[in-house]
Amino acid sequence: MTMSDSKDIELANAKQEFTITVYTENQIGILNRIAIIFSRRKINIESLNVSPSEIEHIHRFNILITETEEVVRKLARQIEKQVEVLKVYANTNDDIIWQELALYKVPTDVVAEKVFVERLLRENGARVVVIRKDYTVFETTGHRSETDKLIEVLQPYGLIEFVRSARVAIIKDSEGFNSKLREFERREPGQEVIENEFLDKEKNVFTM
Amino acid sequence: METVQEGATTLAEPKKTTMVSGSVALLEGLIAEGTETIFGYPGGAIMPIYDAIYDYKEKLSHILVRHEQCAAHAAQGFARASGKVGVVFATSGPGATNLITGLADAQIDSTPLVCITGQVFATLLGTDAFQETDVINISAPVTKWNYQVTDASEIPAALAKAFYIARSGRPGPVLIDITKNAQIQLFEYEGYTPCNHIRSYRPKPIVRNEYIEEAAALINSAKKPFILFGQGVILGAAEQEFKAFVEKSGIPAAWTILGAGAIPTDHPLNVGMLGMHGNYGPNVQTNSCDVMIAVGMRFDDRVTGRLDKYAKQAKVIHLDIDPAEIDKNVKADIPVWGDCKETLPLLTSLITERTHDSWLAEFKAFEKIEEEQLIRKELEPQSGELTMGEVINQLNILTKGEAIIVSDVGQHQMVACRYGKLNTSRLSVTSGGLGTMGFGLPAAIGAKFGAPDRTVIAVIGDGGFQMTLQELGTIMQFGVDVKILILNNQFLGMVRQWQELFNEKRYSFVDITSPDFVKLAESYYIAGKKVTERENLISSLEEMLNQPGSFLLEVMVAKENNVFPMVPQGSSVSEIRLK
Repeated sequence: MTMSDSKDIELANAKQEFTITVYTENQIGILNRIAIIFSRRKINIESLNVSPSEIEHIHRFNILITETEEVVRKLARQIEKQVEVLKVYANTNDDIIWQELALYKVPTDVVAEKVFVERLLRENGARVVVIRKDYTVFETTGHRSETDKLIEVLQPYGLIEFVRSARVAIIKDSEGFNSKLREFERREPGQEVIENEFLDKEKNVFTM
Repeated sequence: METVQEGATTLAEPKKTTMVSGSVALLEGLIAEGTETIFGYPGGAIMPIYDAIYDYKEKLSHILVRHEQCAAHAAQGFARASGKVGVVFATSGPGATNLITGLADAQIDSTPLVCITGQVFATLLGTDAFQETDVINISAPVTKWNYQVTDASEIPAALAKAFYIARSGRPGPVLIDITKNAQIQLFEYEGYTPCNHIRSYRPKPIVRNEYIEEAAALINSAKKPFILFGQGVILGAAEQEFKAFVEKSGIPAAWTILGAGAIPTDHPLNVGMLGMHGNYGPNVQTNSCDVMIAVGMRFDDRVTGRLDKYAKQAKVIHLDIDPAEIDKNVKADIPVWGDCKETLPLLTSLITERTHDSWLAEFKAFEKIEEEQLIRKELEPQSGELTMGEVINQLNILTKGEAIIVSDVGQHQMVACRYGKLNTSRLSVTSGGLGTMGFGLPAAIGAKFGAPDRTVIAVIGDGGFQMTLQELGTIMQFGVDVKILILNNQFLGMVRQWQELFNEKRYSFVDITSPDFVKLAESYYIAGKKVTERENLISSLEEMLNQPGSFLLEVMVAKENNVFPMVPQGSSVSEIRLK
């Protein structure tokens, strides 16, 4: 084994951020079935985004974890084994373009009175979402380090509330995804979610 | 509810709709799927289904077990003996939670089950209602799929999916939770349509010819090839295809505990059992072979021992229907994804007919060492206390490899699996992956319903028997012809063995006392006998086998015998100990 070989192996065994993209049926319970694949192995999900995909009936998960490539490959196969999972992709940060959205609520008087605060916000790419007499809400998008930086900046000026979304990621090498999904749904449309229709309808359902 | 019988439409006229209850739709669906036997236990939240089955007694036989866990194990025994899907009914809350051990066992051993649980009214979900438990989430990790029905109209499609998922691909347990209102609710029933496709579910990966070709080339050039086979061969009903492959290739083949019987135990190329208490040759040769061909097995840690010293010299060909098994524990050089019923014939057609005489002779040499140093003493002791091995040996002589041997978990299980003679598949039923003590007795009940023409012998230890002995009541009530063979060493023997070998004989809570098992059987009107002397063993076994109906035979065996060979935990398979 040469030095460079052993370095490659080291790299493959090193933990790094992976974004796992999962396409699933929109079914109640699939979130839990996917989540327990991680918790069973005591792996922390650092960020999780679940939302409808561009195709009706199909949902898209973005799951962020820090693990080795080998573990991630095994996890992906276990997720894909779930009956209601259509497809799983696992990507390193090099393979994706990702963003997180953050909202910052700060007292309006501070922003109004201290001009440099407004400048700081602008320098950090923040946009105003809402201005009220008592508070103003700013929004930024970016990588974790970027949204974190603005927290630091605003903290001394009375940051009231902060929230950050999960990571959403687009896979760089995903040409044809959309058309494949669309064709898949066209050929065999998915089923509507059946929810419990009886909660709060006790009078209509006989109980004992 | 007067529509119960006449309301049920047949498959021949699917368009005609009739109003039926969810419960009736469920039973009609079960019949359409070929279900004849249900193992279950009633309770409040499943009462409408039990009310409906009152009118279906001629079409569906319901076996009332004594504990829901045993309904699941009985259904497992049924499925393993018959190759069909086992069906279970249980109520909500404790009824459902009692199923969990059985579901976990079925999940890890890939046994097809459809479990129906009752649930509180949909209006009450989440209110901590009486006997409400979140069975969907509790069972998620131990089911292949599960689904909650809150409206009767969902029942036919949910059941059809359940059966399809349970039996297709890598089989497994499925649970359908039906709220009580859905069981009662009348809906327009359009008949039952079986499911054969789910768009998000691929039961079998597509066979890739290039891997078949690569595998065949590797096998053809191998000097010391070795086949490991597991339950996948049996689940895929590929016994004939496998036999053809083994015989044409001339390669020695060894089995995992669940693969037992996929080819007969006395087949000349069957070299024995793998793993912790497997045979000497297969374990040692694992680290000598040049090509390893794993068929429908998952490299469990009890098979591989220490992974970093496992078959490192060998090229590995792994045939499996479940892509998640490839590279999970042992890296495959050539992954042959697919159903082995399809892949094995493809592979057989590409390999050259060969024999491996000198390589096979190496296995025979190891077999001889094991025979002389260990097996003979175990199977044919001339003096001293009775051994578990000689009981199984005598049983083999009497049953000639045609009986179903259901074993529980522990030392007796290893002995029964090591030495049990099996002429065909589906004759060995045991809890492999989960190692569930208490599995044996209920699984034997189910196995008898699954294979009514076979003699079914439940080989159980004194510990495991006391975990589910209430099922004697089921045997009594339904006249189930199960032969119960208790190998009593007055210890929790396997744990005691480990404490002896690894904990300096510090016997910590392994000393277990037993009731008078024969009297216990008697109180259930089951004939019984206790044997303590060698001279009475054969006649007692004969008496057990000749008894019309169930029989309990308790054999007092040596208290402190150990099961050998043994691969100590953390050791390599080639470090297997003969004593």
